[in-house]
Amino acid sequence: MSRDRPPLRRAQSAARPDAAAHAHLRFIRETMARTGTFTAVPGWGGVAMGVTAIAAAVLASRQPTVSSWLSVWAGEALLGFAVGGWATLLKARRSSSPVLSGQGRKFFLGLLPAVLVGVALTLAVYGVEAAGSGKAVSGSMSGDYSVTIGQYDPATMPVSGTVSMHLLPGLWLLCYGAGVAAAGTFSIRLVPMMGTAFMVLGAMALLAPSRLGDVFLALGFGGLHILFGVLIARRHGG
Amino acid sequence: MPTRRSSSRTRASTPVGGVPNLDPVIHQRVRLGIVSALAAGGATSFTDLKTALDLTDGNLSVHARKLEEAGYVRVRKSFVERVPHTEFELTEAGRGALADYLDAMEAVIQAARP
Repeated sequence: MSRDRPPLRRAQSAARPDAAAHAHLRFIRETMARTGTFTAVPGWGGVAMGVTAIAAAVLASRQPTVSSWLSVWAGEALLGFAVGGWATLLKARRSSSPVLSGQGRKFFLGLLPAVLVGVALTLAVYGVEAAGSGKAVSGSMSGDYSVTIGQYDPATMPVSGTVSMHLLPGLWLLCYGAGVAAAGTFSIRLVPMMGTAFMVLGAMALLAPSRLGDVFLALGFGGLHILFGVLIARRHGG
Repeated sequence: MPTRRSSSRTRASTPVGGVPNLDPVIHQRVRLGIVSALAAGGATSFTDLKTALDLTDGNLSVHARKLEEAGYVRVRKSFVERVPHTEFELTEAGRGALADYLDAMEAVIQAARP
């Protein structure tokens, strides 16, 4: 096998020992990047994301309309990713871990599809509420949910009892959890555990009364981020 | 095994002709790859290590045995649902040997600087 040879041949070492040493170090670094785990998951960054999520849940619960409720959570999503991304870069820089190559790249590529699915589903649900199909479709999905799709303006429609309020908290938690669980394959064990916890909470949110949507979002994006953030920070260096 | 680490460190710090006397156990591409992979990923199964390093079963077995004999790698064999499961883990001596090797490479690069 062509790979089965010394990384530094003795003939080469006499000619350019420093070049061979560079090649060996590059080989070691590349092997470690390929086989290691992504450890730059930010524990304290997760705690910060959790705190902003709880604040967002309080703010969102006071919103009178679907549009303003969604705006609060869309803003929180952007803020959360900004905080998480910034904290990841800081931790990676501190530990000299690559973020955009090796396991770091796999981590983000694992997270991305589920997040994009979450955005697409949000737009789809909001689109149904904003424009509707032109038909009056009534449905009852749980105890306190009963709404006629396509017969109201989300800018003025009270948030309680809407399709968005009923479906989106569970969908967001499920999508984010699926992404974190997938990305966690390339990271420390706590990360896929956190993803699974998000998915369980998301499934519960879909089955629960829609008035509890903000509570589930606070428990998930707030509580789980803080809980796992503290565990990651303590066990994996910040 | 601290003795092995200190002796190889001494060897690595006494270069002859610009190249230190490198530990022959670790100074081999496959074995260096195995040690590097285990240092980064912790305990790793035979299958995962074989896939990550793109090795054949026989090749991995031979080189892993040499590392085990040198005390650099610990091998755990068990059965998972009646299927044999082999797991490799780097020992302290193995971690030390890799550190010595990195030191030796660093010394070569430093020596070549004007």
